[in-house]
Amino acid sequence: MNEPNNRRIITGVALLALLASERVLAAGMQHMDHGAMPMDHRQMNHATPPAQQPRTPLPMLSDADRHAAFAPLPGHQVHDRALNWAVIVDQLEYQHVDNGSALNWNASAWVGGDIDRLWLRSEGEREQGQTHKAELQALWGHAISPWWELVGGLRQDFKPASGQAWAAFGIQGTPLYGVELEATAYAGERQQSALRLEAAYAMLLTNRWILEPTLEANFFGRNDGGREQGTGLADSEVGLRLRYEISRGFAPYLGVSFNRLHGNRADQAREDGEDTGQTRLVAGIRLRF
Amino acid sequence: MLRTPSRRTFVKGLGAATTLAGLGLWRPLAQAADGRDLAGQHFELSVGQSAVNITGRPRTALSVNNSLPGPVLRWREGDTVSLRVRNHLDQATSIHWHGILLPANMDGVPGLSFAGIEPGGSYLYQFTLRQSGTYWYHSHSGLQEQAGVYGAIVIEPREAEAHRYQRDHVLLFSDWSDQPPEQLLATLKKQSDAFNYHKRTLGDFIDDVADNGWRATVAERMGWASMRMSPTDLADISAATYTYLLNGQPPDGNFTCLFQPGETVRLRLINASAMTYFDFRIPGLKLTVIAADGLPVTPVSVDELRIAVAETYDVLVTVGNLPAYTLYAQSMDRSGYARGTLARASGLQAPVPQPDPRPVLSMADMGHGAMAGMDHSNMAGMDHSAMPAMQQHPASETDNPLVDMQTMAPQPNLADPGIGLRGNGRRVLTYADLRSPYPDPDGREPSRDIELHLTGHMERFAWSFDGVKFSDAAPLRLTYGERVRITLVNDTMMTHPIHLHGMWSDLEDEHGRFQVRKHTVDIPPGSRRSYRVTADALGRWAYHCHLLYHMETGMFREVRVDE
Repeated sequence: MNEPNNRRIITGVALLALLASERVLAAGMQHMDHGAMPMDHRQMNHATPPAQQPRTPLPMLSDADRHAAFAPLPGHQVHDRALNWAVIVDQLEYQHVDNGSALNWNASAWVGGDIDRLWLRSEGEREQGQTHKAELQALWGHAISPWWELVGGLRQDFKPASGQAWAAFGIQGTPLYGVELEATAYAGERQQSALRLEAAYAMLLTNRWILEPTLEANFFGRNDGGREQGTGLADSEVGLRLRYEISRGFAPYLGVSFNRLHGNRADQAREDGEDTGQTRLVAGIRLRF
Repeated sequence: MLRTPSRRTFVKGLGAATTLAGLGLWRPLAQAADGRDLAGQHFELSVGQSAVNITGRPRTALSVNNSLPGPVLRWREGDTVSLRVRNHLDQATSIHWHGILLPANMDGVPGLSFAGIEPGGSYLYQFTLRQSGTYWYHSHSGLQEQAGVYGAIVIEPREAEAHRYQRDHVLLFSDWSDQPPEQLLATLKKQSDAFNYHKRTLGDFIDDVADNGWRATVAERMGWASMRMSPTDLADISAATYTYLLNGQPPDGNFTCLFQPGETVRLRLINASAMTYFDFRIPGLKLTVIAADGLPVTPVSVDELRIAVAETYDVLVTVGNLPAYTLYAQSMDRSGYARGTLARASGLQAPVPQPDPRPVLSMADMGHGAMAGMDHSNMAGMDHSAMPAMQQHPASETDNPLVDMQTMAPQPNLADPGIGLRGNGRRVLTYADLRSPYPDPDGREPSRDIELHLTGHMERFAWSFDGVKFSDAAPLRLTYGERVRITLVNDTMMTHPIHLHGMWSDLEDEHGRFQVRKHTVDIPPGSRRSYRVTADALGRWAYHCHLLYHMETGMFREVRVDE
């Protein structure tokens, strides 16, 4: 090829490129390949091009710009999938009983994400140096709505008697601000079934003095006197505890707990010469780690 | 123009340095650690640990050039600046230049713009300045910003400004906790209201019954109880753990800048807090706002302004004849304040105001109009046509356990001074006052609308856009050169300062017209605001709530601008 031809071709290509780049600018967007015309319409993913050019001209992109913009990188990381946990010891208390004293605990813990969490719950009681009641539950919790979580798993009673294993299924959540509710059904060894309801409400007298009424009720499907289980509503605890939050994680409290046995369970207790109702003064600490 | 070097909190014992030296990680700092402003085109910055004592207890901060805040970087429009940032920490770090237009690989977001700066490593940032004004920089790695990695940027314009002033001071506000930031986040996850010691009590209930009657009080309490929210929830973290700082000084440190009577002083306000909004005023002086987020605005004279996290405002004050004036920035939740003094001589002080009464959110603040908590049996008689249109919500919010509320009838609320500032007897700046002195710099109508909802769950402390956390979300894709409208709807009870990297956010008025160019747009609860974006920066950009713990728990998106 001779020189004038070359010049013509170069001029032609340059003109085409200029026209094309103006079209692109007018469209105010879009990828274009100067070497391959016409334009690749698959890249035109926005149907309506704006009517005019931007007042502030867009910078023309160079390969260096493209390289700077899209280095091979894994993406940014934040903590939104982090594993979190908490331990809440709601009750760890000395209880004054007519004929002595008792140590009572009720605690829970969770570890997991925002939707799925592993929950541990434990409660129990020691009287006169002997562990009288003790249980541990391991439950998988899955949030089904902003305020409710389904839980399912296992419960192992260590006392009374030789203990008992249960499958557990229930719901827990917040029916109203400040109210915590748990309802759990259990299917246990020896064809026993049970239901436990627990509720608590934090009433702020001040931002550090907090009065917390609590309720726990246990229901059973069968009589099992050896394990202190009677059909229907067997036992209930109504508590009222006044705590002072020295910090959010450490709050000593004083309170009272009304423990009652009901129905068949009350009959069992009477046969064994035990009280069916006790009012206990309690003193303890609430902890949150 | 006189410059007064800013006083800062400096290295005291430097135990950390000794430890690092033992590990062979410590290298001598390239810049003297005296907190002087740094000016020029070449900068050496070191992110490291510094021993500080802000509350009376020794703590280790993360810092830039051994200073908290880091040095003021003074640049000049049109210059190409280069900044070598060295990492003396035992974890990766980064510096993001907030509000600065630059190539994506200079933006400093690990994983999007670059790989981050490994311990012992360095990164050379280099970019040409296409703007002037007041900006700031901070770490974009994990929670390092809370621990102290932030500082001011002042870019001098090429052409002389219209404003005349005799002095120029940077006022950088921040929040400091003696607890490590990881612990603050862990606490929020365990108990999201742990830092709120101002919830309503039984005594408040009795007072309200006395004032409003039993029926109204119970109805109001039930409205909030059924939302499972507290109307006192104005800030996730309060002065229960925070000390509010002005240029690194706690209120008792009384940061002081000097003036001569009759002088006009330019104050460059920067909110470098992790979580705290401030309401700033100087009792006895008018503030003439001349710039917002670095860019000039039509001057407006006010008594007070709310500065959202990550925003900047430039104000002029003409000082009177008193010996001293208090620079007063109360936190939005009224749990504390940052404070300094504008004084004729160092050592002088003026009275420090008490924080204003603590506001309580109303259902109207949440965008529920007068509807929620209302006796619906009375609705039959209402004129429904007078009610604003009900807000629609994305499908991803439906049955989403991490979306704890949806607003019903949000409004732009641009002329609203905001919770706690209404009717306080002072002229308070609102977004409606902010007007760029130029027409829409793009001029095109947006080719498409993108609506995003700010969502979250207070109690689980999980935050998101459209109910989808960052890790589960696809990037928001823009095409190079397009002009889009982004409409943000706040479906939470918190206010969120939303920041788009790399590109301006051109805030629109209620009628969809260009109003003011910003880099961070505050979206209060119950509001719906829109802005235009020209996708004139290729690459992968961060787009997020600038409340650090909201960002870190998921209120973040990648915006990807492709050709």
